[in-house]
Amino acid sequence: MATAESIKKMNNETILTFDKVSMHFGGVKAIDELSFEVHRNEIVGIIGPNGAGKTTVFNVLSGVYIPTSGNVVFKGSKINNLPAHTIINSGIARTFQNIRLFGKMTVLDNVRTAFFGKTKYGILDIFMNSSKKRAEEAMIKNESLSLLESVGLGDKSEALASSLSYGEQRRLEIARALACKPEILLLDEPAAGMNPNEIDDLNKMIVFIKEKFGLTILLVEHQMRLVMGICERIIVMNFGKSLAIGTPSEIRNHKEVLEAYLGKGR
Amino acid sequence: MFSNKIVNLILLVLTAIILFVIHHYQIIGAYYLQIAQYIGIYAIMVLGINLVNGYLGIFSLGHAGIMAVGAYSSSLISKYVFTDPVFFPICIFLGGIVALLAGFLISIPSFKVRGDYLAIITLGFTLIMKSVLQNLDFVGGARGLRNIPANTNIGWVFLWLVAAILLVRMFINSKYGRSTLALHEDEIAAELVSVDTKKTKVVVFGFSAFLIGVSGGLLAHLLSFTNPNTFGYVMVSEGLIMVYLGGISSITGSLLGAGVWALLVEVLRPLGVWRWIIGAVMLIMVMIYRPGGLAGGTELSIKGIVNFVDSVKKRIGLKPESTFGSNGNSGKH
Repeated sequence: MATAESIKKMNNETILTFDKVSMHFGGVKAIDELSFEVHRNEIVGIIGPNGAGKTTVFNVLSGVYIPTSGNVVFKGSKINNLPAHTIINSGIARTFQNIRLFGKMTVLDNVRTAFFGKTKYGILDIFMNSSKKRAEEAMIKNESLSLLESVGLGDKSEALASSLSYGEQRRLEIARALACKPEILLLDEPAAGMNPNEIDDLNKMIVFIKEKFGLTILLVEHQMRLVMGICERIIVMNFGKSLAIGTPSEIRNHKEVLEAYLGKGR
Repeated sequence: MFSNKIVNLILLVLTAIILFVIHHYQIIGAYYLQIAQYIGIYAIMVLGINLVNGYLGIFSLGHAGIMAVGAYSSSLISKYVFTDPVFFPICIFLGGIVALLAGFLISIPSFKVRGDYLAIITLGFTLIMKSVLQNLDFVGGARGLRNIPANTNIGWVFLWLVAAILLVRMFINSKYGRSTLALHEDEIAAELVSVDTKKTKVVVFGFSAFLIGVSGGLLAHLLSFTNPNTFGYVMVSEGLIMVYLGGISSITGSLLGAGVWALLVEVLRPLGVWRWIIGAVMLIMVMIYRPGGLAGGTELSIKGIVNFVDSVKKRIGLKPESTFGSNGNSGKH
C-alpha cells in the first residue's frame, strides 16, 4: 500500500493488529471482540476446538468477510473494508483448509495466476504483444518455476494440479500463496491429513520459507506436533474469544486451555 | 520437427490462397460461397460466446442482443457516416466497439448474480434490445434496416476471423487468460490469490462482446439488411448450440462448432422444420458421449495429432515412433 514506507520506520514491530474484531452471522458470534497482535517475523499459531472461529479469523483477515465491528490493522492501515484482492496485494496471502487449487490448470499456471496483482501490463499490451508484456511474462515464468523448485515441485510444473498427490497439492498451495509476495502468510491447517513424518517435513519447510522470504506466519492447526514444534506464540480461541495468548510452554500448562480441551476436572 | 508457428503460418497462407482463387475465379457457386461466409461469421461469434460461456464459465444469453448492437451500429455508421466501401473495416470495428460497451453493461450484474439468475438477466438484455429496436423508427422498426452496403466478402470474413483467432489466443495466454480460467474454477480462491475478479469479468465480457459485435456487423453487411427478429431466441439458441457442440474453452472447438452447425443446417434443409429436431438430437448425443463438446478444452496442434496417431498405432499393435509425451491430444494453445 502507498502508506507502507512511511509506516515502516515508525512501527517495525507490530505488523498486524486485531482490535476488538467481531464477526457475527445473524445470532452466531463466530468471532467476538477478539484482540491480538502479530509481530514481524514470528510464527503464531491459532488453536482451539472445532467451531472456535479460527478459520473465520483468516476469512476476516483476507477480506472474504467484512467484520461486523472492530478494526483489522495491517502495517498501520485499516484493511476491514477493502476488497479481498487489494488486501492480498498489500501483502497478505493464504492457503485453504480444504485445498482450493485450480485443478484443471497446470501446476505452473496455478502459480502464475497468483502474479495477477503484481503484473503491470494491460489489455493493449496483450493484443500488441508488446515487449513489456513479453518481459513480464518471462519474469513471471522464471519466478514461478523457482517458487515451485523451493517447495519441491520443480519437476511437476506441466502436470495438472488435480493430478498431484495430497501432500503435493498442499505444497502447491503454499507456492501459489508465495507468488502473491506476501509479508504475512496465513496457513489454514497445513498439516491436515498428514502423517507424523510428513508433518516433520512440513515443519522444516515452513521454517525454511519463513527464513527465505522473510515472512511472518500465522497458522491455524489442530496438529499439536506442528504447533508446539514451530510456533513462537500461540493464541487459543474458544467460542470466538481468545482464551489465552502465550508461548507453547505457557499454553501447555494453562488451566483454562486444558479445561476447554479436556473438560473440567472435579 | 515442424514448429507449430511455421505450420500455422503455412496453413494460413494456403487457406488465404485457396479462398482467393475460389472467390476470384468463381469456382464454387454464390450459394456455397455464402455458406462459407456464414461459417466464418458464426465462427467469430462463437469465439466471442466461448469467452464468456466457455472460458469464463458464466452462462450468459446476451449474445443475440450484443450481436444486434454490433449489427445495427456498424450498419448505421456505414450507411450514414462512412459511406465509402474503403471505410468498411472501420465501420465493423466501430460496431464492435459499441457492442463492447454493451458488454461492459451486462458484465455489471455478474458481480453479484450468478447461475440461472444471471442467465435470466442476460436473456432479458437480449429481449430488451430486440424490443427497443422494434420500436425505434429511425432504424426501421420491426421492418429493420434496409439497403446496407453489401461490403462483406469472403476476404474480409477471413481476415476478421484470423484476427479474432489471434486475439483470443493472445488473450488466453496472458494474465487475463489465466485469471479467467481461475475464476471459472473457483472465484473465491482466485480473488484470494490477488486476481481482480470484477475487472476480469468486465474485460472478458467486453472482449467477448467486441467479437460478437464484429460478427453482427459482418452479417448485416453480408445480407445488406438486418431486422430485430434475427436477434431473438433462435440466435440465442443457435449460438449456444454451436458453442457446446464444438467444445467449450477451445478455439478449435469454436471453429468446429460453427462449421459443423452451419453445414448441418444447410445439408438438412430439404427436411424443412424437421432439421431442427435432428440438430437437437445431435446436440444431445454430443452432450451424452462428449460432454465437453467435440473439442472441449483441447486445441488442434501438431503435437496433439502426433500423440493421437501414436495412440492409435499402439492400439492396433504398432510401435510408436515419436518421442513426444503421451498426454492425449491436449496440445497447449
